[in-house]
Amino acid sequence: MIRVQREDFDTGAELARLSADNLGVGGVAAFVGLVRDMAGDETLTAMELEHYPGMTEKALADIEAEAKRRWPLEASLIIHRHGTLEPGDRIVLVATASAHRQAAFEACQFLVDWLKTKAPFWKREETAGGHRWVDARSADDTQAARWESGKAAG
Amino acid sequence: MKIVYFAWLREKTGCAEEEVSPPESVTDVRGLVEWLCSRGDGYAEAFADLGPVRVAVNLEYVKLDQAVGPDDEVAFFPPVTGG
Repeated sequence: MIRVQREDFDTGAELARLSADNLGVGGVAAFVGLVRDMAGDETLTAMELEHYPGMTEKALADIEAEAKRRWPLEASLIIHRHGTLEPGDRIVLVATASAHRQAAFEACQFLVDWLKTKAPFWKREETAGGHRWVDARSADDTQAARWESGKAAG
Repeated sequence: MKIVYFAWLREKTGCAEEEVSPPESVTDVRGLVEWLCSRGDGYAEAFADLGPVRVAVNLEYVKLDQAVGPDDEVAFFPPVTGG
């Protein structure tokens, strides 16, 4: 399931819902992304998250479908926020449920790695000195590329 | 043709979304970018270096040689930084 929203989410409630009514789930893996309080050497006062409505949902659905193709998942969930966030705020929740832990762990990391490099979101950091758009990190591309060819982590 | 811009491409062009009617000589994304650059300094600055510019046509990532037509939605944006 995909959700793109301004509002915060309740991590515990979301994870409980993911495995509710499905006794075939043996494990749930989750990643929660948070806003840090530093932007380089400066103190971050706020973060603005812009996205491309329409393409965002499509890109996330494509990524989720790919994860389901590669791993035997009972359920998966991606919640990504947009709008103005503050240090400590939750940005994203990625969760996967499977019969066994390995599929849940791997699929969760795959979803995070691919959404970071494919889903059309952009972060703008606000500090006392002004604002700047966050640059994409080549390390994120490297991380995502690990999943390009193979089925599982190499 | 609908064009949308995001992040610093939106700021440099001064435009989030616009309807345009490029000349018939514009057949692909590269040609569209060249035509857009002729429309003002903000566009020329935004597209001065195409290295960090990503393009989507009808919500799918494409390369600069992708064909475009009047019914397409074309998006220009920097490398994504979500998550």
